[in-house]
Amino acid sequence: MKHVKVGKLLAMLLAMCMIFSLAVYAEGSGDAGEATEITFWTFQELHVEYYEKMAEKWNEANPDKQIVLKPTVYPFEDMHSNLLIALQSGTGAPDLVDIEVGKYANFLKGDIQLLPLNDIVEPELDNIVKARVDIYSKDGNYYGICFHVGAAVIYYNTELCELAGVDYNEIKTWDDYYEAAKALKEADPDKYWESVEATDIWHMWPLLAELGGDMTNAEGAVTIDTPEMAKVLEFNRKLVDEGLAVVAPGGYHHAEEFYALMGGGNIASIVMPLWYLDRFTNYMPDLAGKIAIAPLPVWEEGEPRSIGQGGTGTSITNQAKNPELVKEFLSYAKLSQDAGIEIWNTLGFDTIRTDVWAMEDVTHADNKFTEYYVNNPFDILLEIKDEIVAHNNGENLPQALDLMKNEVLNRAYTEPDVDIPAMLAEVQSSVIE
Amino acid sequence: MKQKRKSSGGFRSLLYSQKVAPYVFVAPFVIAFLLFYLYPIISSVIMSFQEVLPGQVRFIGLSNYKNLFRGDFVKAVRNSVIYTVITCAVLVPVPILLAVFLNSKQTVGKNTFRVIFFLPALVSVVVGGFTFRLIFGEMPTALLNSVIGVFGAKPVKWLGGPAPWTTFFALLVLCCWRWTGVNIMYYLSGLQNISEELYDSASIDGAGAWQRFFYITLPLLKPTTTYVLTISIYGGMAMFLESRMLFNGGRYPGGQGLTIVGYLYRLGWEQNRIGLGCAVGLFLLAVTLAVNLVQLRVSGFFERR
Repeated sequence: MKHVKVGKLLAMLLAMCMIFSLAVYAEGSGDAGEATEITFWTFQELHVEYYEKMAEKWNEANPDKQIVLKPTVYPFEDMHSNLLIALQSGTGAPDLVDIEVGKYANFLKGDIQLLPLNDIVEPELDNIVKARVDIYSKDGNYYGICFHVGAAVIYYNTELCELAGVDYNEIKTWDDYYEAAKALKEADPDKYWESVEATDIWHMWPLLAELGGDMTNAEGAVTIDTPEMAKVLEFNRKLVDEGLAVVAPGGYHHAEEFYALMGGGNIASIVMPLWYLDRFTNYMPDLAGKIAIAPLPVWEEGEPRSIGQGGTGTSITNQAKNPELVKEFLSYAKLSQDAGIEIWNTLGFDTIRTDVWAMEDVTHADNKFTEYYVNNPFDILLEIKDEIVAHNNGENLPQALDLMKNEVLNRAYTEPDVDIPAMLAEVQSSVIE
Repeated sequence: MKQKRKSSGGFRSLLYSQKVAPYVFVAPFVIAFLLFYLYPIISSVIMSFQEVLPGQVRFIGLSNYKNLFRGDFVKAVRNSVIYTVITCAVLVPVPILLAVFLNSKQTVGKNTFRVIFFLPALVSVVVGGFTFRLIFGEMPTALLNSVIGVFGAKPVKWLGGPAPWTTFFALLVLCCWRWTGVNIMYYLSGLQNISEELYDSASIDGAGAWQRFFYITLPLLKPTTTYVLTISIYGGMAMFLESRMLFNGGRYPGGQGLTIVGYLYRLGWEQNRIGLGCAVGLFLLAVTLAVNLVQLRVSGFFERR
């Protein structure tokens, strides 16, 4: 009798479990119908908007291959950690995923859990900036496709340039730049010519690249302790010491405090990649009509004036259920000319499709970016297009970046009487091989 | 009614059985412990001797432990230890005093104060941390700087500034804001257990308020203090999210604000060196365990009463 009662209880529990799991299953597959579901992870809300637009267009053009995009937005670190766990454990990863370039090396270690994209990338190589797929490649296989070139440029506040009596078009070398900084100081000692980041690398990596330096070498080892690095940091430190440059409040050019200082018209120039366009429009609306984009100054004539920085590689994991279809969609959403145009229109990025750069009807059409800036970003992009170098993306880049953001830059710009070469040697010696 | 009692009779007699019932009651804890604590600890020990990459897990002997002391490890340990010491130094005595006041019959608005003190514990660390980051901003217009500006002080770079104490001050304020109310709750429940008669007889013997506090309240709160200290030491050594939020998602200028778990996170997740992360984690486990064992021994926790 007792056993019967316990059995009944168990049976009821089991029944409830089954009903519950059925309900969950129904929710999962309910609205999909004939369409194939593509799960997608990203850390950037704006990318979801973009991909949903592209999925809609895809469905219009491909009635026989309908897809339903299932996006999930995680915070930056969480998404990359979750992806590492999912790939390490072999379960739970999405079909399609955005991976930030600074994290990408982590996913190229061991047996690579991402699918090679050579069959969709190789046919388009003539139409895109090859460096922007090279940074997501290993041993001849391409694993990710970037949104943008991320070309480093310099943004000038034209009002402060006028105040200093400087024509920013005439600033060709870093010496010119330094002289301009002194001119502004004389005109108004409360303003700064430049801002440097104590906890981020965007402002100095291009200066390093002009000299041929990098964070890691071709073999993937950390190369922080180099004469080129010392030269760049010493130059910036000189500007800080003389009151010409400010160390960005909040530590970097994405801090609320920095937006306030820059947006208040207190800083005349910053070195940032082209994807910073939308930071100005979103966070510093008061500067509308005052910001001009220009190629970077150089140390000596003939040096390359830009570097491709940052970026998000969209990749397909080896856990994708319909890899062929996902690949076709990714090719359309990231590599096609349609994609190039939409990336500029929706996201304001310098697309990797070079043929789009010359399409004046697209690049000069009225949108919030063309209205905000004094000149057109694509004019600058076309001017420097053959000078955009790529950085190494070796296994130890995440470590090199951690050292730069936590140790090197802060000490270089704020430690009293710092001996920069000695400091660099000290940090280099703490590298974990 | 009769039917219902009958049907649950079997299950009931199982629960009332003196042999089976204890196991049934501890089973959830034991299962959770084995699954979510013991198993991960054992795999961490194994992984700390490995290089863990997808499809390429291999044993590399002691090299994770050899690499342990490179990089910012020492800074992280030092920061965690200082943080633990200062938070314990504040978060034990202050909540005791506040709990005594809140327990006193003379205090007005007791429940209001209890709620106010406890509220921060219900706020997410992420939200709280972000708000504190803005309060401790370095611009003259940030909240704290504008307050000290009223008294003529110059704006201070609180987070990661030239003097390390400002960073610890910010972390301490955040910690007190969040945990004072929780510790007050522990002490209030401790105070409920102290019999009124003790105070009455002490008063008759002529003991003043301070004497009653030092010779009755404090000694009888010792079990509560032992417990609060144990979790505070653990909480202090394992602190991570608070400093991560204050420092813009892990940008620790010159290693300021970096904690042991922050370092573990950096190595394990940001640099995909899970094995090395496990070694850091085990070091943290060993240190926390050792400190707590000493603390429990000194407080007489292991003595038979």
